[in-house]
Amino acid sequence: MSLTLAEVEHIAALARLELTPEEKERFRAQLSAILDYADRLQAVETSDIPPTSSVLPPHSALRPDEPRPGLSLGEALTNAPLTEDDQFRVPPVLE
Amino acid sequence: MTKYEAVIGLETHIQLNTTSKIFCVCKADSWNDPPNTNICPVCTGLPGVLPVLNQRVVEKALLLAVAMHAEIQPESYFDRKNYFYPDLPKGYQITQYDRPIALGGWLDVPVPASPAGGAYIRRVGIAKLHMEEDAGKTRNAGHLRQIDFNRCGVPLIEMVTNPDLRTAAEAAQYLTRLRQLLRWIGVSEADMEKGHLRCDANVSIRPAGSQVLNPKTEIKNVNAIDAVREAIEKEFERQVREVEAGHRIEAWTLDWDEEAQVLRKMRSKETEADYRYFREPDLLPVCLTQAQIDAAAQEMPERPLDRRARFMETYQLPEYDAEILTAERQLSDFFEAAATAYGDEPKKVSNWMMNEVLRMLNEQGLTAGELRLQPAHLAEIIQLVDDGAVNAATGKALLAKVQQSGRSPAQVVADEGLARVSDDSAIRAVVEAVLSESPKEVESYRAGKVTLIGWFVGQVMRRMGGKADPALARSILEELLR
Ligand SMILES: [Zn+2]
Repeated sequence: MSLTLAEVEHIAALARLELTPEEKERFRAQLSAILDYADRLQAVETSDIPPTSSVLPPHSALRPDEPRPGLSLGEALTNAPLTEDDQFRVPPVLE
Repeated sequence: MTKYEAVIGLETHIQLNTTSKIFCVCKADSWNDPPNTNICPVCTGLPGVLPVLNQRVVEKALLLAVAMHAEIQPESYFDRKNYFYPDLPKGYQITQYDRPIALGGWLDVPVPASPAGGAYIRRVGIAKLHMEEDAGKTRNAGHLRQIDFNRCGVPLIEMVTNPDLRTAAEAAQYLTRLRQLLRWIGVSEADMEKGHLRCDANVSIRPAGSQVLNPKTEIKNVNAIDAVREAIEKEFERQVREVEAGHRIEAWTLDWDEEAQVLRKMRSKETEADYRYFREPDLLPVCLTQAQIDAAAQEMPERPLDRRARFMETYQLPEYDAEILTAERQLSDFFEAAATAYGDEPKKVSNWMMNEVLRMLNEQGLTAGELRLQPAHLAEIIQLVDDGAVNAATGKALLAKVQQSGRSPAQVVADEGLARVSDDSAIRAVVEAVLSESPKEVESYRAGKVTLIGWFVGQVMRRMGGKADPALARSILEELLR
């Protein structure tokens, strides 16, 4: 299965990645190879087998509803490139 | 000219009122807290952390599912919904996709009579109900955006209706009844102003009576019931104009601008496939035992509309009274306890509730559960008035004094000497004093102006601090004025 260049550009846009023309072509080939591998797996007959979403025993571990302090404001903001009024600042997002 | 009807489905996001967040131990309610003070490595998506599901979230989701008559799924799964937005530090939202905790269900919504027709019940089907985490808050500040992550990871229930609503008024009623139910069963504060209950509306139109489903638009960001009604009404009218003009309705996403009261077209969003859902590998399936499901059914109280109907049936209350008394669960509990303590004439208890108790709640900004005045106190006060031990005005004042002091009505009456004076000689002495001090009025009365009797009674009552039996005062006055 071969991906089109447009599909690669769409996937890159979803991840907000800017790719050069060379990268687009390289990733197109690599992603296509991954999809080919998935196609081989899909050829296996699995209609009688329930999907495995985890290899752990299906038992939900729950915790009590009790709050505890988390990060201090200083710790929370320490790695942010830009802050203002104790908030993270980011570039505007296209709407 | 073709007559059109609207086909409306609502998607609601309900913030659960748990103490901590859904997957981490941060405090959930940040309404009064400064930005970024209730966050931790889990809810800000730092590397190497693992989510652990809050037990109360599952319990509250279950209770809501029971309340909506939904089919609870013994096994449900969490998934990752991938999208890139600054309010979502992980780059994905943990939600439930194809295996939610509950499917189906319904809510019966009474729609009051209007100029368009009589009252009726609209049954609104529920497609699915699932658990997920809320995202942070962003706001524009100059040419950049500020982000507060406090709301990240606050538990949400997303509940999607079938396209069963036909008018904007029905949609507003659905939200009103849903909000009442959420508070009633105690799963959410459901305060729309605080964003506890948020709503998106899907709207399409078709010729009235037709069964087709046409392309729909999705209205986002309507966070008040009146705004939902307004926005749907406007969108319905716009679609009718478009179709009448021979245009096709396109599947737009519209943003409601509350200030300008207009809908604006939003940039088209990702399609379903773009979210690249997959099972959340860090969480195991939620497995519910029959015992847990039974416990939720046990915990489910009588629903507000069922209680309303029972109040009309058992206590013979008019619909108007029953509606007001069941607006809120603690208020309805208060009425029922007071009516039981009083014994007969529940309508009389209802009148005291609707006039005196509700006024007190409004004036003091309290809920029925916060009153010091107990249902038994109310019953006792009505009884004191019935027995003639205090007059009606004193009875009303007693309510306030009991609420203020926490003492029982009988105690307040004894402590403050409020008991009505029905002793003939005590009233007679005051009447004589009033008459001797008002020769002009006495003369007018005797000359035929008998309406002055009210003024004389008033004088006597005032001198006796309102404690005189007014009927007795009147008969003594009439006797001495003859
Ligand atoms: Zn946290």
